[in-house]
Amino acid sequence: MYRYDEFDLSFVKQRTEQFRDQAERRLKGELTEDEFRPLRLMNGLYLQLHAYMLRIAIPYGTLSSKQMRRLAYIADKWDRGYGHFTTRQNIQYNWIKLEDTADILDALAEVEMHGIQTSGNCIRNVTTDHWAGAAADEIADPRPVGELLRQWSSLHPEFSFLPRKFKIAVTGAPNDRAAVKVHDIGLRLHKNDKGEIGWEVLVGGGQGRTPMIAVMVRDFLPEKELVPYLEAIMRVYNLYGRRDNKYKARIKILVHELGAEKFRSEVEAEYARHPAQTTEVDQKELARIAEYFALPQLEKLSRFAPHFEQSKLDNKEFARWARNNLAAHSTQGYTIVNISLKPEGGIPGDATGEQMRVMADLAERYSQDELRVSHAQNIVLPHVKLEDAFTIWQELRKHDLAAANYGLAGDIIACPGLDYCALATARSIPISQAISRKFADLDKQEKIGPLKINISGCINACGHHHVGHIGILGLDKKGEEFYQITLGGSSGDSASIGTILGPGFAGEEVPDAIEKILDTYVKLRQPGEEFLAAYRRLGPAPFKEALYAAA
Amino acid sequence: MSEIEKGQVMTANRLRDGEVVFLTRAGVWAMAIDEAVLAQEPQAVAALEARAKEDEKATLVTGSYLFDAERVNGKIRASHIRERIRAQGPTVRLDLGKQAEGTAGSFAAVEG
Ligand code: SF4
Repeated sequence: MYRYDEFDLSFVKQRTEQFRDQAERRLKGELTEDEFRPLRLMNGLYLQLHAYMLRIAIPYGTLSSKQMRRLAYIADKWDRGYGHFTTRQNIQYNWIKLEDTADILDALAEVEMHGIQTSGNCIRNVTTDHWAGAAADEIADPRPVGELLRQWSSLHPEFSFLPRKFKIAVTGAPNDRAAVKVHDIGLRLHKNDKGEIGWEVLVGGGQGRTPMIAVMVRDFLPEKELVPYLEAIMRVYNLYGRRDNKYKARIKILVHELGAEKFRSEVEAEYARHPAQTTEVDQKELARIAEYFALPQLEKLSRFAPHFEQSKLDNKEFARWARNNLAAHSTQGYTIVNISLKPEGGIPGDATGEQMRVMADLAERYSQDELRVSHAQNIVLPHVKLEDAFTIWQELRKHDLAAANYGLAGDIIACPGLDYCALATARSIPISQAISRKFADLDKQEKIGPLKINISGCINACGHHHVGHIGILGLDKKGEEFYQITLGGSSGDSASIGTILGPGFAGEEVPDAIEKILDTYVKLRQPGEEFLAAYRRLGPAPFKEALYAAA
Repeated sequence: MSEIEKGQVMTANRLRDGEVVFLTRAGVWAMAIDEAVLAQEPQAVAALEARAKEDEKATLVTGSYLFDAERVNGKIRASHIRERIRAQGPTVRLDLGKQAEGTAGSFAAVEG
C-alpha cells in the first residue's frame, strides 16, 4: 500500500507548522485577508457559504483503514459528523473553523495526509482509476507513474506558477475509468504486439466553462521518456499559455487555438531541444515507488466460491447487489466491492463518521486494509474474497451503505451546489435526491441499464455534467434556479461532450424530464443497446421531441 | 396589507470560525438575519461599508459585502436564494446550520 516517503512527511509537517503560524498571525491581524487567502487556499481551506471548508487530497483515491478512521475522527471532532467525497478523489468538510484548522492538519499529518496543493495554479493531485492494481482488465498499475509525476511536479519551481491550474489523469487499463480525455494531460497505457508497454499522451481536454476532448500527441511513448516529454509539454504551455484571460489560460485553449498539429510540432521541437537526461534516476525512482503500490499478498483461491453462489440463490437482494456492485478482480477468487454512497434520496458522496468507521473496519478485516475513493463519489474495497462478500453486504446494510445501484440511474454524481458552495448558481443535491426518489425502483433501474447522470451547480462543472450520459447544469435566471439538460456526454474510451437539448427547466420539472428521456430510450433501443449507444445512433431528435413537443 | 421596504444588508463571515453574520443597527455582527439593519439611504449604506471595513481590519469578520433585501412586517427577506440559504443553512440538511440553532431567518430559502 502507498506510503509517503520520509521526505514528504517532513515537508508536510513543516507546512502544517507554517500554517499554524500563519493562521495565528491572521487571527491577530498581522496578516490581511489578501495576504492570508492564498496561504489558506494552498492548504485546502476555502471560505464557503456557511463556514470554512477544508478539502483534503486522497492521493490515487487510496486510503488505509487507519486513514479512513482518522477522516471519521475529524468529521466527529471538528465538523458536524460527516464528510463529502468529491469527484476529484478528495474529501471535503463543510463546517470547519479557522482556529481548528492547524490541529486538523496535524491530525492528518499523523496519518500521512494533507490538504496541500489542491488549489492554485499548479499541477493538482494526479488522479487514476479507482480500481488501480485490482481490475481484471488492467495492463499495469498506473499509480507508480502517477506518483512519479506528482513528485516531479509538486516541487518543481517552474510549474508552481502556471497560467492556470493543471490536472493530470492516468489509467493503466484499456477501459478508461480515469477520464483521461477530459484532463489537461491524460495518459493511457497500451501494450503492442511485441508485448511492450507504452503511454498514449493526450493533451488539452477539460470540462468547466469550455469543455473539450483532449487531442493525442503521442500514441506510444516509452515509459522512460515520460517525464522529459511532459516537461516539454509544460514548457510549451508556460511559454504560450494565455495569462491575460483566466478563462483562456487553460492548456485546452492553447491546444485548440494552435491546432493539434501545430501544438504537437511545438512540443516535439521543444522535446528535441532538451533531450532526456534524467531518465535513469526516474526509472530507479519509479521502481522504488512501485514497491509502495505492490499488490498485497493475495491467497490462491479456487474460482468457485460456493458460499457466495449459495447466498445469491438464497437472497435475491444480495444477488442484485452482487450483480451491480461487484467488479472483476485480476486475482481468481477475489472481487472488487463498490460501496454506493447514493442511498435512495441521499446526498451523493456524503458519509457519516460512523459509516466511515464501518467501511474502515470492513477494509481492515476483508480488503487488505485498503479502501479507494472513486470520482463517482463512491467507496471501493479493492481486494475482497468472493466468499466474504455476503458478510460484507450484511454489515453494509446495517449502516445504509448497501444501495445496489452502482453504475445505474440512482448512482448520481452531484457537486455540493448552492447548498454549500460559494460559487454555485443553483442547487444540485435536491435535484439529485428528487431523481433518485423518482427512480427508486431498482427493477426499473436495472431495466434501464448502465447510466451516468451528472449534476453541477455552476459552470465550473465539478459534477462533470459535460460527460454525463445525462448532464444537468444548474444556472441562475434572474434570481431563479433553472437547469439545462445535456445528453450524450461520456468520459469513457470514446469520450464526448454532451449536447444541450433545448431550453432549461425549473428544478421541480427536472425529474419528469429525465423520465421522459429514459422512456424514449427504452422505447427506441435495440436489444442490449445501452443508453449512450442508443443516443449516438438516434441523435437528439426523438429526445427533443419527447421533451419539448407541444404538451 | 403587509408593509415592504427595500434596501441592503451587510453580511460577512466571522473570521475565526466562518459563521455567517449580519451587521446590526448597533454596529455589531449578529447570527440572525432578522437582527440586521436594512440600509435604505446612500449614507446608511456608506456607514455599513465603513463599519465592515473597520471590523475586517480588526479581524472580527472577513469577506464582507452587501446584498439586496426587503423588510416585510419587520422581518428581513433576502432577495436572492443564495442569501436566504446563508441565512438558514443547507436546504438538504435541516438539522444543520442556523435553522437548527435557533438563529434562522423568518423566510424559507425556497419559496412557493
Ligand atoms: S460546479 Fe460550481 S457549484 Fe458545483 S461545486 Fe463546483 S464550483 Fe461549486
